[in-house]
Amino acid sequence: MVETKLDLLQGTLDLMVLQTLVAMGEMHGYGIARRIEQVSGDEILLNQGTIYASLVRLQQRGWIAAEWGISDNNRKAKYYSITRGGRKQLVADAAYWRRLSRVMSRVLTAPAEGKL
Amino acid sequence: MSAWREALQRMGSFLHRKQRDTELAAEISANLEFAVEDNIRHGMPADEARRRALIQFGGVAQAKEQHREARGLPWLEVLLQDMRFAFRTLGRDRGFTVIAVIILGLGIGANITVFSVVNTILLRPLPFHNAQELVRILSKNDRGGESSMTFSTDAVEEFQRRNQSFQEVSGYFAFSTPDNVKLMGKGQPQPVTGLSVAGNFFHTLGVEPMLGRLFAPEECVRHGRPVVLLNHSFWKRQFGGNPDIVGQAINLDGTPVTVIGVLPGTFDFGSVFSPGAKVDLYQPTIFEDIHDEGNTMALIGRLKPGVSVAQAQAEADLIFPTLPVDLKHPEYKGDYTGRMLGLKDYVSGKLRRSLIVLWCAVGLILLIVCVNLSNLLLARGAARSKEFAMRTALGAGRGRLLRQLLTESLMLSGLGAMLGLVIAFVITTYLAHQGSIALPLLSSVRIDLAALAWTVLIAVAAAVFFGLAPGLRLSGGNLQEALKDSGHGTSLGRRHEAMRSVLIIVEIAMACVLLVGAGLLLRSFLRILDVDLGFEPSRAASISVDYNDGNDPAKRSVIWQEVVRRVEELPGVETAGITDGLPMSRNRSWGIQAKGKEYRRGELEDTFVYVVSPGYLNAIGMHLVKGRDIRWDDNNKKEAVVIINETVARRLWPGQDPIDRIALVGGSDARVIGVVADVHESSVEGEPGWQMYISATAPQYGPAGAQLVVRTKLPPAMLAADVMRTLRQINPGQPSTEFIPIQRLVDHVVSPRRFFVLLVGIFAGLGLVLASLGIYGVISYSVTQQTKEIGIRMALGASQGRVQFAVIARTLWLALIGIALGTLASFGIGSLIAALLYGTPATDRDTFACMILLLGAVALLAGYIPARRASRINPMIALRNN
Repeated sequence: MVETKLDLLQGTLDLMVLQTLVAMGEMHGYGIARRIEQVSGDEILLNQGTIYASLVRLQQRGWIAAEWGISDNNRKAKYYSITRGGRKQLVADAAYWRRLSRVMSRVLTAPAEGKL
Repeated sequence: MSAWREALQRMGSFLHRKQRDTELAAEISANLEFAVEDNIRHGMPADEARRRALIQFGGVAQAKEQHREARGLPWLEVLLQDMRFAFRTLGRDRGFTVIAVIILGLGIGANITVFSVVNTILLRPLPFHNAQELVRILSKNDRGGESSMTFSTDAVEEFQRRNQSFQEVSGYFAFSTPDNVKLMGKGQPQPVTGLSVAGNFFHTLGVEPMLGRLFAPEECVRHGRPVVLLNHSFWKRQFGGNPDIVGQAINLDGTPVTVIGVLPGTFDFGSVFSPGAKVDLYQPTIFEDIHDEGNTMALIGRLKPGVSVAQAQAEADLIFPTLPVDLKHPEYKGDYTGRMLGLKDYVSGKLRRSLIVLWCAVGLILLIVCVNLSNLLLARGAARSKEFAMRTALGAGRGRLLRQLLTESLMLSGLGAMLGLVIAFVITTYLAHQGSIALPLLSSVRIDLAALAWTVLIAVAAAVFFGLAPGLRLSGGNLQEALKDSGHGTSLGRRHEAMRSVLIIVEIAMACVLLVGAGLLLRSFLRILDVDLGFEPSRAASISVDYNDGNDPAKRSVIWQEVVRRVEELPGVETAGITDGLPMSRNRSWGIQAKGKEYRRGELEDTFVYVVSPGYLNAIGMHLVKGRDIRWDDNNKKEAVVIINETVARRLWPGQDPIDRIALVGGSDARVIGVVADVHESSVEGEPGWQMYISATAPQYGPAGAQLVVRTKLPPAMLAADVMRTLRQINPGQPSTEFIPIQRLVDHVVSPRRFFVLLVGIFAGLGLVLASLGIYGVISYSVTQQTKEIGIRMALGASQGRVQFAVIARTLWLALIGIALGTLASFGIGSLIAALLYGTPATDRDTFACMILLLGAVALLAGYIPARRASRINPMIALRNN
């Protein structure tokens, strides 16, 4: 087990949710949360409860759609799927994050000038 | 796009928050079940599986909270919550709420009312199309009343032709009297007021008829078709608002006249040009008919677009001196001057200062109200400090508490504003129907959108103003101290006290300013009522007499003698007389000069002229200083007679006896037979002008109408029926004109001042009451707070008197500081109202002394009641309590 988990940066959870839905197709909230935990290698400090604020936000922006359905084990659950707008948003956001992380790593690995 | 969508969605979520909450709960429980099942599959026992699931999920309450914030309108939810809470709090403290709302209602109501009046008279453009282009054309010499500010028809036509500044120049006949037309046909002839206006008058103003049409050019010439336009209210009253009246003929003075249209209800001649006057119908002025009557037309004009009043004035300065009085008689000199005054300035210019003072006074009232409420809230806040400390301890932030308190203030001021609107609505409706107040546009005062906007503005401003200080104080309090402080019985919370004391001082100072201002205005008003008018308005009344003398002075003499004789025979009548013009009403002026003397330009003044019967001077109560009254046989064809006032005597025959001198009056010789004391002919405040009185039986001059003046021992109203019966016996065609007390003419002239004094007086009274309430509240509260302390002191031997003295001393101390500051400020505002005062300096010592004593006495009383209570404190009970 990792000793300290990462705090989520503002806006990153939304992006993860969108990416998860693209990768996995229709899913319910618990599934999305579990999937993110697994993919991140349990490095992220994620209360599953937090995911629901993100889900409703994305839904209200029209990036994901929701529908009540029945799970494999016959449980009623809300299933989320990404919309066309969501896909577009994901492309834009992903590009932004890639750029940002590239710049960040460049800045952090830049050789020090003068004395160390 | 998505921002809009999100806003809509958030609104939807807010409206359906119950349903969203249920759905979320279902989702959360599904989530937990999934997690439990997962965990069991991984081999955990059921208990452990559930425990782990809950840990993984995190706080359920937090998740719900985050969900709500993400989906809905958190600020609105908080607001609703605050409002619900505020309602409960205010409802619990009903006494406080009622008092606060009443105080606020009075303050805000007064403000809305005054704003409506100010907005109507001062701020809003006149109710005409492009009103800023309209100009009133006056004369630079206004000493001779209406006659000096009017122009002959030839001058008007010449100016219309020659000016380049105006799109249109028009005017109205300035010498109409009330009830000058008889409406005949059904039953008794009915007196109505007709005004004759130039054919293009309404077009110049941009007034469109509501029904029918305006005057056509062929109706404005001699022997044209007689036509009339009806005023809207007259049409409603007389013809029941029947639109079919247009095109029909009505009988005016025995002539059938066709009604060609009805003017809109928004047009009111009186309210713009002659406050307090009512006009029932309008007829076109036939210029040929009044050509020989001299200066009769009052002028208005509509400037061409882009032309300023100053440019028009520059042009008028060139044109007016060259205008002819009468093209047929080039030897008559007009000596015209033109003064261009924006119509708006003409209507409201003189009132600007009064209205601004009124506005300031009412603003001061609102400030006092706010300070008062601030104080009440502080007192209440002290009692609630524990509640707030508790809420802080439970995690409420300072902003959240402040918001809660401001919500309460806003709700209070909202309720106050509603009450204020009701009050203002009642008062403005009342004012709009006061024909007797000679203020322009008063009839159109109402609560409109602007007034509503103003209401919202002052309500919010007041809420912030009176809520902020207590709010900051409460929300920023020291938690520990508040929770520890047992609150009652000791004089803890000194800072609290200090703040309240400052507020009280401010309140007293403002009340002092209001009182001094009102006192100065009141004293001026009393001075005005004391002015010797030169006649006796009380116990005299006048009625307009209708007669037909065929313009024959001999016949007129017979009719007038008959009227005066028969009316004087009536029981209760002391004396009677007839004049063609009463003081303080319509006036006209001619010229007078000593015969055989040359005068420099400007040495003579326009002279008010009155054509009177013998006995009139006595009936109206004027003082004959020298010589004799007019007699019925003063009808010498070669030499008329004239009575002059002291001003004329002094100016034309300085240091000499004017009796039996020969004067030139209107081109004829007239012997001076008497001198009367000056009469205030057009205003109480102004200096009397030149005046002369000539005989009605003289063939040289003719009267313009006839007003019978009756002096009586009885209230004039009791005589009305008898006088009317007598007039009807002499002339069956006498219309039922009103028997008007002369006092009413004077009241009408001073009515604007009365109106302002009354309002400022009411505001000052309100200020005094509020200030005393404030003092009472603070002192009484501090006595309650110190019950225990006082109890201890008394137990240690302090006498009742000593305790009482301590409380009163504190009150007086506060009052003294407040009064001192207020007095200083009053000296400051003296210059603002100095122009409104009459016979009273802005630093009038008596007024200042009176008002300071009054305020001090009221403060003392307000402090005495709690002081008395303090001295009655029973130490046993006070110490046992708590």
